[in-house]
Amino acid sequence: MIGKILKKLDDKFLKSEPRTGELFAVAALFDTPDQIIHAAEKVSDSGYKKFDVLTPYPVHGMDGAMNLKPTGIGWVGLIAGMSGTFLAFLMIWWMVGINYPNIFGGKPYFNLPASIPIMFELTVLLSALTLVGSLIALFMKLPANANPLMDTDFIKRVTSDKFGIYIEAKDPKFKLEEVRAMFESLGSTSVSNIHDAEYDLGDTKNPLLNGKFIGAMLGTSVAVVGITYFVLNVLLFLPPFNWMHYQPKVLPQTESKFFKDGFSMRKPVEGTVARGFMPYEFKGMPDSMVVITPNPLPVTQKVLDLGKKRFDTYCSPCHGFYGKGDSRLRGQFPVPPTLHSQKVTNWKDANIYHVITNGQNTMPSYASSISRDDRWAIIHYLRVLQRSANAPDSDLETK
Amino acid sequence: MDYIKKQLPDSLTKTGGIMLAVGVLILIMAFIFTPERAFFDYLWIYLFMVSIGVGSLALVALEYLVGATWSTPFRRITEILASLTPVLIILAIPLFFGLHDLFHWTHAEAVEHDAVLQSKSPYLNVPFFMARTAFCLLLWVLFYYMLTRNSEKQDIDGDPKYTKRNVTLSTIFAALFVITITIAAIDWAMSLEPHWFSTIFGVYYFAGTVIAALAASTFASIKLKEGGYLDKSLGEDSFYSLGTLMFGFNVFWAYIAFSQFILIWYADLPEETFWLIHRWEGSWKFVSLALLFFHFVLPFLILVGRNAKTNLGLLKWMAPWMLVAHALDLYWLIFPTLFRGNASFGWQELSFPLIVIGLTMVVFKLSANKKNLMAIKDPKMQMGLDFHL
Ligand code: HEC
Repeated sequence: MIGKILKKLDDKFLKSEPRTGELFAVAALFDTPDQIIHAAEKVSDSGYKKFDVLTPYPVHGMDGAMNLKPTGIGWVGLIAGMSGTFLAFLMIWWMVGINYPNIFGGKPYFNLPASIPIMFELTVLLSALTLVGSLIALFMKLPANANPLMDTDFIKRVTSDKFGIYIEAKDPKFKLEEVRAMFESLGSTSVSNIHDAEYDLGDTKNPLLNGKFIGAMLGTSVAVVGITYFVLNVLLFLPPFNWMHYQPKVLPQTESKFFKDGFSMRKPVEGTVARGFMPYEFKGMPDSMVVITPNPLPVTQKVLDLGKKRFDTYCSPCHGFYGKGDSRLRGQFPVPPTLHSQKVTNWKDANIYHVITNGQNTMPSYASSISRDDRWAIIHYLRVLQRSANAPDSDLETK
Repeated sequence: MDYIKKQLPDSLTKTGGIMLAVGVLILIMAFIFTPERAFFDYLWIYLFMVSIGVGSLALVALEYLVGATWSTPFRRITEILASLTPVLIILAIPLFFGLHDLFHWTHAEAVEHDAVLQSKSPYLNVPFFMARTAFCLLLWVLFYYMLTRNSEKQDIDGDPKYTKRNVTLSTIFAALFVITITIAAIDWAMSLEPHWFSTIFGVYYFAGTVIAALAASTFASIKLKEGGYLDKSLGEDSFYSLGTLMFGFNVFWAYIAFSQFILIWYADLPEETFWLIHRWEGSWKFVSLALLFFHFVLPFLILVGRNAKTNLGLLKWMAPWMLVAHALDLYWLIFPTLFRGNASFGWQELSFPLIVIGLTMVVFKLSANKKNLMAIKDPKMQMGLDFHL
């Protein structure tokens, strides 16, 4: 049934009328591997250079019979493969080391063991794809987009049950009658002349740019992508595993049968502080009781950038981008005083830290939303704002 | 095919015998002065002999199983190497006296206070352990005799029925081999650290045995070809697949070794990592690195090209290289249990190369005396000799 349909399609699209182009080659079919080995030996011994053998499966001893030189294709594979190794290494190093550093399982950001499987896969992938690509390029003789052998009875047979050999008409020793006679004397079951197909190339000289060809390639690509998508994402779609979600584990705010007191949430062990929950010493105390400690962060571009980011996010809605008290809240919240006042300018960093951490009158505490380091960075940035608003003339002098 | 049987030179038994004698002498001295260490040396020797003997047997079965023709001219040589298998039974006896020195799990007082060892004791106990070893050894020897007998009978009348019988036997053996070699690896190597476990360990050791057996066969075949003991028409192309298999199984070995490593490294569980940490402490670090480069990286680069595999001069070096690499691999598996913190190589360990090489030479010669060095009437022989790339 399917066979019949394929045959019909084949007849409709692939059976070309007798070709009218120049003679490309003379091709002969043989029945057995021994015959083809013999034929290949004869052809190469007779001094033909432009010939090739096509068999349905690899025939041992063919290299010797055709007198083939060792090929350099191994190097192509090696270089492509090694590029894969190297590219994978670079890719992983940049992704997990530079672009998106993240800790997985307590391992260093970039580590070799975890990269090796990817390096291995890319080695295989790149060398395989490059080799297949080179094979197609060589067989199609790029930039041509087809080999004249394609769509001939010859190629149909050698890809199923016959052993074929052909000699190109370009070969300096080629003489049509001689070649045909030689093939026949070797016992070929069918000798045929293969002509170039005359394709309508339209205006373009380069067959790769031919409109029909590009259309066919695009159509094929879309079809392949569509079918793949349909098969993998619709037919074979599996929902992601959610076993981890349902594993036996302690959830917050639930009862525990394990602990004596029945709570599943635990308090930190006595004398310890949970990570990121360092208590603030002067909580709830007036400003006067704050013991002045210096800002622990250095003034660097990175710290200032961080401070600006946090200030613009957390402080600017009320204090304005420049700390001038130009609130964007349109009176929905008491407008705060300027941060460029004598008072705030003369304050030590620790005083400002106290306001952010503890809050002051109507300003709430930001202890829970801004981390400690970020608060100190904001203060450095605030100093920059203050300085820029009261910059002395000497700042403008250039050296 | 114009094979004429030539006897191997007697120097093989003489040199081999002397090496074996000196090796045994060293081992006996070791037993007197450092009995525990001597047992570890002996285990090292034993596992290496298992690798070559049983690994060769597996290669013979593999040829029958897949119907390979290129390897038929070499098969008898592999069979002769497999004749180390019966010797393994005798070699196993001294080992049973060393169980207490070798295996922590045989110490009743240690097991008593150790929940892990207690729960493993239904498997790791001396009677069952001995029974398993006996089972594996008898099975290997049984199949050795059945496979080689058929193969040798064929030398007389060339009846293809022997090939058919061996194909059936090999099918059964293939399955049994995987099971028994896994048991051997777990019992004799992995249980040295009874708290540790790795489910891939059997495959790891299996990969090593195949490399060792291939390397031994390759080396013997090249030597015999050079000495004119094989059929003249055997060409270099035939060796190509020996080199390819050696290369391929070496990559396989590295793949398995890495798979074992990365899972332990990723999960980072103390019950598994300590085994690797022992191999990364002190000078063991250099042994581990040497294993990586000497067993995998360098042989990979040397053997990757096609020409390397038909270059007999090169293969003649790479085969012993891989044998040394496998010895290093076994050293790396066995000895960290004994030498905690730092690797050590003393006069006691000299018994290893002497006994291994000496014993193989003697057994090879004795076994080859009665046999043709090629399976002369095997129906696939002519195809094997005609093999071209
Ligand atoms: C919800 C609006 C709001 C936000 C957001 C806010 N503040 Fe305030 N802030 C105020 C108000 C209102 C006051 C005046 C409180 C008072 O009456 O003492 C104030 C006072 C201050 C003062 C003391 C000024 C003085 O003269 O007493 C400082 C310093 C300050 N804020 C810094 C910050 C910083 C830094 C941030 C960002 C982390 C921030 N504020 C975010 C509303 C806000």
